[in-house]
Amino acid sequence: MSAAGGAGLEIVLGRRYHFAASHRLHSAKLSAEENRRVYGKCNNPYGHGHNYVLEVQVSGEVDPATGMIANLADLDAFVGREVLEAFDHRNLNEEVAAFREVVPTTENLCKEAYARIKGHGAARLLRVRIEETGNNSFEYDGK
Amino acid sequence: MVTITRKIEFSASHRYDNPAFSPEENRRVFGKCNNPHGHGHNYTLEVTVAGEPDPATGMVLDLKELKELLEREVMRRMDHRHLNFEVPELAGKIPTCENIARVLWELLEPKITQGRLHKIRLYESPDLYAECRRNGTGGA
Repeated sequence: MSAAGGAGLEIVLGRRYHFAASHRLHSAKLSAEENRRVYGKCNNPYGHGHNYVLEVQVSGEVDPATGMIANLADLDAFVGREVLEAFDHRNLNEEVAAFREVVPTTENLCKEAYARIKGHGAARLLRVRIEETGNNSFEYDGK
Repeated sequence: MVTITRKIEFSASHRYDNPAFSPEENRRVFGKCNNPHGHGHNYTLEVTVAGEPDPATGMVLDLKELKELLEREVMRRMDHRHLNFEVPELAGKIPTCENIARVLWELLEPKITQGRLHKIRLYESPDLYAECRRNGTGGA
């Protein structure tokens, strides 16, 4: 097996996951009118949903024995357990503790997903990117 | 600085197997990618070159030349090939997305003379990719 890594070359592994969830954008800090004005139809009291795409980027040395930065099956199992099981086919406001007080915008969803995936010790988490729809995407790199 | 990205697609087969591992270990580590008969993917490669547009042509590089370079270096080498057996640059390496991307970077970087190679991203499927770039040249 050849040695890993050219000098100064960074290799990043990107993996995409899919989940569907409902949410409602409503801030307890704003009046009912302000909530309607700020969030528009996302403030509908009954909520609405999206098909989200979660993209995870990790970097690190490529293990010469496996050719991998991170074992994909382990990463998939971790993200599945820590993120997808918690978010997929859930109401984010009602069923994810982090969003009891925090508005489940996709900005905040990125930060929550990042915090959960950071615990996977096998590779360095670079960033998470979430597509709320095909036209809106958000990124968070922990900084 | 302006970047320009060219995308190509190729299809190839591969198998993950480390001869230093036992058969059980290979199956555990690589799962169905260890299938002795191999399997294949439609790969998509995005090549991003950075530079300043030439004042005379308005171009960072001649896209036609980049297209020919990718045909010569990538398509002829990898398209409709078995990556374990037919690509000498991958001999002795597990042909993962990470390793293929690095081989492609090393093949392409010295041959791009107008502008400089900024990033390559190799998709094995729409949900899995590896990306190479020089350290300190920014995020995705």
